[in-house]
Order: sequence, then C-alpha cells, then structure tokens
Amino acid sequence: MSLTNYGMNRRHFMQHMATAAATVPAMNFLSHVQANANVLKSSQKSCILMWMGGGPPTIDIWDLKPGSKNGGEFSPIDTAASGVQISEHMPETAKVFSDLSIVRSMSTREADHGRGRYYMQTSYVPNPTVVHPSFGSVVSYEIGRNRKALEIPAFVSVSGGGGQAGFLGMTHAPFSVDSSGRIRNEPSEDSRKRLPGRLSMLQEIEAGFINSRRGELPAAHKDVYKNAVNLMTSRQMAAFDAEKADMGLGLDAESDATRDAYGRNGFGEGLLMARRLAQVGVPFIEVNMGGWDLHAGVFDTLKNQRLPQLDKGISALTADLKQRGMLDDTVLVWMGEFGRTPRINQNVGRDHWAASWSVMIGGGGLKNGQAVGATDADGVRVADGSKAYLPGDIWATVSHAMGIPVNTVHTSKRGRPMKLANGGTPIQELIG
Amino acid sequence: MAVLTGAEGIADEPGLATPPSQLSLSEFIDTNIRQTWTDNEIEPSPVADDEEWIRRVYLDMVGRIPSLEETEAFLADQNPRKRSVVIDNLLNHDDFVRNLTTIWTNNCIGRGQPRRVSRAGMEKFFREAFAKNRPWNEVVMDIITASGHFEENGAVNYILAQMQMQDESVQLTAMTTRLFLGLQVQCTQCHNHPFNKWQQSQFWEFNSFFRQVGKIDHRRLDPNTGRQVDDYSEVVWREYTGPVYYEKRSGLMQVAFPIFQGQEVDPGVGVNRREELAKLISNPADGQPPQIALAMVNRMWAHFYGYGFTRPVDDMGPHNPASHPELLNRLAFEFAKNDYNVRDLVRWIVSAEAYQLSSQFNSSNEIDNPSAGEIPMFSHMYIKSMQAEQLYDSLITASNAHQSGNADWSSQENQRRRWMQQFVVAFDNDENDEATTFNGTIPQALMMMNSELMDKACSTDRGSFLSEELASPGKETDKISRLYLAALGRKPSRNELRTTQKFIGAYGGEKLKGFQDLFWALLNSNEFILNH
Repeated sequence: MSLTNYGMNRRHFMQHMATAAATVPAMNFLSHVQANANVLKSSQKSCILMWMGGGPPTIDIWDLKPGSKNGGEFSPIDTAASGVQISEHMPETAKVFSDLSIVRSMSTREADHGRGRYYMQTSYVPNPTVVHPSFGSVVSYEIGRNRKALEIPAFVSVSGGGGQAGFLGMTHAPFSVDSSGRIRNEPSEDSRKRLPGRLSMLQEIEAGFINSRRGELPAAHKDVYKNAVNLMTSRQMAAFDAEKADMGLGLDAESDATRDAYGRNGFGEGLLMARRLAQVGVPFIEVNMGGWDLHAGVFDTLKNQRLPQLDKGISALTADLKQRGMLDDTVLVWMGEFGRTPRINQNVGRDHWAASWSVMIGGGGLKNGQAVGATDADGVRVADGSKAYLPGDIWATVSHAMGIPVNTVHTSKRGRPMKLANGGTPIQELIG
Repeated sequence: MAVLTGAEGIADEPGLATPPSQLSLSEFIDTNIRQTWTDNEIEPSPVADDEEWIRRVYLDMVGRIPSLEETEAFLADQNPRKRSVVIDNLLNHDDFVRNLTTIWTNNCIGRGQPRRVSRAGMEKFFREAFAKNRPWNEVVMDIITASGHFEENGAVNYILAQMQMQDESVQLTAMTTRLFLGLQVQCTQCHNHPFNKWQQSQFWEFNSFFRQVGKIDHRRLDPNTGRQVDDYSEVVWREYTGPVYYEKRSGLMQVAFPIFQGQEVDPGVGVNRREELAKLISNPADGQPPQIALAMVNRMWAHFYGYGFTRPVDDMGPHNPASHPELLNRLAFEFAKNDYNVRDLVRWIVSAEAYQLSSQFNSSNEIDNPSAGEIPMFSHMYIKSMQAEQLYDSLITASNAHQSGNADWSSQENQRRRWMQQFVVAFDNDENDEATTFNGTIPQALMMMNSELMDKACSTDRGSFLSEELASPGKETDKISRLYLAALGRKPSRNELRTTQKFIGAYGGEKLKGFQDLFWALLNSNEFILNH
C-alpha cells in the first residue's frame, strides 16, 4: 500500500484510521519509490538547453570576423571539427567540437528581450490571443507524460528563467531550482512524518468538492498535489544533489575532479545537475547563464568572466556525456534571445541584433562537427546563398533527434491548430 | 434576483448619449445576460446559498475570505436585504481600498521590484485615490501627467516602471494603451495591425505624447561606507518639440504628430503634451463610450466574474468582438456619466443577478464553460484561482494570525512582500520582465504544504487560533464545525463530520495534533484555494 500515492481510496483512508496517524513510520510511504527506481532506463532522450539570458555576442564566440571593422579583439582558432573555427577564448570547447555544431545563419527579427526570448523559446512571435508553450513544455507534454516512472517534473529550469507552458497547461510549466539544487519549501522531518495522516484527511475534503460539478479546477488542484507529494518523497531527488549517490539510479557522488571540470560556478554546477537529471529520465533541462546584455565593455567581460565559464561548462558536459555513452541520446542547444550588433558601439559594447547570429547545437545523434550557414564578411547579414534559419528550425531539429514527430499539431485553448515548432523544418545538414 | 437599485435616470450630457433603453441599468444588465441564456437554451444555476456567497463576495471585494466572526454574523442575520447591506459595508471597508490598491499596483508596476521604482509610493497613490473614491478618469489623468519625486508623488511610479530601458517611450506607449484604454497596439510599433484599425502611424502618434518624459535617478553618499548609493528617482519634463520619426517596414522614414482619436495637439514649443492628452482621454469617440470607461468596465467585470466581455480584457476592438457588446457599452456609458465612480461600478457589477448564482452548474448549463474556449454566458459563477495576495491574506484571516503575532503593521507588510516575491521570476535582462507563476504548480503546492506560513497557521502555540479554539468550552463536534467554518466558510456535512471525528479519534491521546492536521488539510484543500 502506498500512502503517498495520494490517489488513495476509502479503504486506505479507513486503514489509516485503524492505525494511529502519528505513528505511521516514514519508511512506509517511501516504499513505492523502490519499485519505481528500477523501471528507469538510461537510454532515454533528453535535451539540455543552455540559455544565455540577455543575448550573447555570437560574433565573438562562434562566428568571428577577423579583418572586418566589426571583428573586435578576439581571434579565431581551429577546432577538432575540420574547417570550423571558434573564439580563441573557447579552447576546451574547440577540442570537443566534433560532437558539436554551429548554425551561423539565424535570422530572427525580434531584438527586444521579452519578445526575443518568447520567440526563441516558443518559435512563435508574441500574440495577444494565445500564449504559446516554451519548447521545454512541449517536450514535457510529448515525452514527459509518457515517462510514468519519472517523479521530477519533466521540464526543469536551473537558475531562473523558465518560460511558460501556455496552452499546454500548468502541469508542463518549468520547475525551478537554483544551481545548488535547492527547492523552496522542502518538508521538515516533522512534516514528512505527518504527511500520510494529513493527506488522508485532505483526500476526503477534496473529493467532495471535486464531485460538486464545478468544472475541472478542483480536480486539477488535486493532481498538482499528487505530483508534489510524489516529488517530496522521491528517491530521484538525489539528482539535484551532486554529493548524493544512488546506485539504483546510476548516480555517483560527484568527485572533486568532475566538479572542477564543470566549473565551480552557477553555470558549471547547473550543467552537472542537468546531466544527473538526464540520467534519471528528465527529458528537458534548461540551465540559465545570465550577464550577456553587454552594451558596454564587451571584450573584457567576455575574456575575463563569461567565456572561461562557458568554455569549461560546455566542454566538460560534452566529454562527460560522451564518456558515459549518453551523448547520442542528449541534444545540447545553446542560445539566447538574439545575438549582438556586429558594429561596436562607443562604449565598446554591442547592442541587440537579431538579423544574423549563431546558435550552437550538439550531441543527440546529429551529424556534428559542422558550421551550418554563414554570415557575410562583416557579420551584418546572412551570406548570399546561405539559408536563413528560424527558431522553429532549431526546435524541429531537436524534435527529430528526440523522436517527436515533426508534423505534430497541438490545439490551443480556443481550438486553433498550432504546429510543433511553428512548422519549422529539421536542418538537413544536421540530420543527414 | 438582483440586489441592485439606483443608477437609473441619469440625465444625458452632451456628447455622452446613452443608447435609448426603457430599462434601468440593473434591469438592463440582468435582461441582457438573460437573453444569452434564452438564445442558447440554457437554465442558469440557482442562487448561491449564503455560505457560498459571503466567501465569494469577500474574496472579490476585499481580497480575503471572511473571518469566522464575519461569516457567523452574516449567516445569523435575518434581514432579507442582508446581501446588499454586506455589499455596502464592504464598499466602505478599509480592505476594499487595500484590495484595489494591490490590484492596481500590480497592474501598473508588476509584482516584482523594477529598478528605481517605489512600490510604497505607488501603493500610497492608489490607497489615497481609492479611499477618497476619486473619479477614475482623474486617477488616470494623474498617472499620465505625473512628475516629481517617486515617494512624494507616487503616481510617477507607473511611468518609472515603464522606463526600465531607453526605448523612446515605446513600453510606456504600449502599456498605457493596454492598461487604461484596453487596446493592444504593441504590434503596430513595427507595422499596421493585421486585424484592427490601428495603423503604425497611430502607435507613433500616441507615442509622441510621451516623448517629453525624462527621469533623474538621484544618488547620495552613504556616510557609513563612503560610497554612492541609490537615492530617490523622479520624473521630469524634457524638452521635445515637433513630430517623432519612425521607420516603415519598407525602410521609409515617416513622421507622427501628437494626435489622439483624431484630435491634434500643438506640437510646438512650450506645450505639455501629457497634460493635453489627459484632457482628451475621457472624450467619447464616434458615438462610443470613452475608451477609458470601456477598459475599466471590462477589467472590473473580469475581476468579479473571472472573464470579461473580451478575451483578453485588454484587447478590445472590432477584431475581437465582445460577448455582450450592448451591456459593455451601457455600463461604460453609465460609468462615465456617473463621474467615473468606481464604488458605484463595483456595486452595479456585484449586485447583478449573475453574480448571485452558484458556481455549481447543472446539466443544462454545463456547456457554459469559457475555460474550454466558449464565450462566457454568466449562467453560473466561474471558479477563480486565488491570487497570491488573496491566498496570503486568507491564510492570515483563517488562522487569525494578524491577531496572535506580536508583529507590528510594517513587519507584517514586509512578511507579506517576502512571501509574494516567491512568485516572481525576474528575467535576467535589462527590461526586468516578470512572470507570476501562481497557477497550480508543484512549487505552489510545496509552499502551501511546507512553508513557515502554513506551520504558523496550524500552530498550537499560546495565542494561536487553534489553541484558542481548542481551549474554549464546547463539544468536539462544535470545534470541528468551527474549523470548517474558519477555513471554508461553511459547516461540515453530516458525513464529513462523522469522518472527521474518526480522523481525530485515530490520534488517541494526541488530539491536538489531530486538530492541527485537520486544519492543515482544510487550508490545503481545493475548496480553500478556489474562489467559487
């Protein structure tokens, strides 16, 4: 009998009555997890989105323009992928670039933070009549709900950000944790002990209201609580804590060497947590790295702060996933809401720019080690003869890699058909 | 069964002609909504019983559930007109002012803490406006024309919150039309609107009223650290004459002069454009009620019924027809003619027949389900999720926490603000957008189950609600009933009472814990958190 299953019936309630509530041992209601643990498989598809809040200057990272007036201070270096060069401040990432790719001809039009973010994460431009789901919510809807053994929400957002579930419903909303894996309002020891008794009473009260013919909200409330209780008591929570080992779930306590490799900063810790979450079956993990809104002093900030962290994080994650045999099942996406102006402003900064910029994508069994598309010599437009890509094309590529049919159509709350990734097409060069 | 009287027979003013109708406003509201029921062949739900109604009207009007004493007094009252008495009392309640202040502060500056904005200042402005029941058009005018220190003139905080980046007042333009005019024009910043009559030129014409807005962020020396720190901010007048320039999609540059609803304002030197706009903003347009009246009526209706006459409430216009266009127009006309009296507007809305109905639907009106995308017919009350503030204040009310603690008012306000911050996810960019994630999520459930606030609500420490209730004389069944009444505003059914007694009984010698866990379950229930 599982008390935490919360969908408990009357018989369970009466059984509870028979035992004194306060004496139900904590272990009793943890038992269901043991059964579920073994069901989890290691070869499940996941996507890790590295979200660069503020809009990263991709011209200084992935698509350098040496010799141009817009070129800036950095030089390109060769990578493990032949013919592909990236910034000199990304040397470790260059070494693993045969497993990564760049799409250099993004042209996305929205150069406002809010609108750009919405567009890149949903593939749709903001529209007053409908709220579109972020792609993490789409994955939660398409894949997460079929992972019955998964007790952590299917869309986890590390360190803020998150987007929204829109018409797919709040069940698919991002679940936020900070980079040390802390979740607000975890239960105290006392609360854990009393949970079974409390839930049995709650069940009684809620059932009456659900049956009172007032629409779907009362039952939806109950579902959320059920998920919250499952989460609180789940063994899978170990994924959030780098120091915890759970061999049944395939989780080690992370060594100092591993943690150093990812970087002892919010981004590195977030990526390490993302790998652990992918191991327990979370299909979409977003890791946020902010501080990209570089209207001033762009080169100093990049060289001294942003790029060293970025380089460590991306390279460690890629190597780690590969070594564990997870890389082909894990798609990596790196993007912000837009790129930054090729022109360098009077404050040695770069402003918002959506017309020609880069997104990085990798792993996921894609044909990696490529640079797809190109910008012109000054980086101000997509080069002649190069196809321009939209966010929907990136997410269609991710869908392809994760096994979500690209022709999937969802229905908005008002009954409007909504194409997956706004009808984008997987990028041919990447899917081979 | 409408509670409303009055509001009929107001003399026509020139330029503000009410459409001809023999019916008083209250009759008109009820008749118009009834027509929808007839047309769709549905039967409305019955009138809500007193327990259901009193909880709803408190949540909607004063932003919290009624206290145990307030519920008991209402249920015991034999006066057949007791519902209109309650409405009148609540209209004059301090918490009514507080509730509207919360709603409008959130509308104007969000739940987060935008940089260089004084929430306290914004709240003070609205508190004074709603306490004096100032005409809504004057409140809007004050906000549009505001200048000065952000605590001395709190109205400026609306503008400051829209000035989070240098954007030629684009955000201020878009927000002002949405919030106060119920129009979404943000797309027309870049192109003509595909569905409504707004043209790109109109966006920039409206924008040109706001180009004389400047702000100064003052700093001061902190004597303790010797460092410069943020001091106050102020909105100041900034010289701007002539047209604004904008770029067509084709790349062609265009000019736009300050024009509102066809009325042109002198673009020359020395003209305060925001002052001029404020004079124009309550003018009716093309035989329609003034747009600020339509916008306010639609918003307030949505506040009380869960749905406005358009979805979303701030996207009105020919491209998005209203569900009850005549009713919306009539209410807006009357609101404008009645000196934009917000309290009267609220009274009209909550006194209507539809507001009295139960949220329980029947087999004939279950098709009236706007959550499935249907047009609302208001044949039963729609269930609303409590807003974060309503939830907080209701938890405090249910557990009498405002009386038990020794915290003073300002530390209570700070506590409330800290709690609210949990629902704000500020984005990492220079606009400080926000998303309030308060709509049935796991984090919300965890907060309800495990937060310090819930521990406090269920505390049995001296002076707490539970300790007082349990120490008072009376049978156990009475105590159980009072806990139901405090949390859910109703007594338990016979069945519930029996089950609950068994539940408490199972705790043996630890009955106190049993009552605690019962109260925990009541406060965590769907029935508590849903406004029905």
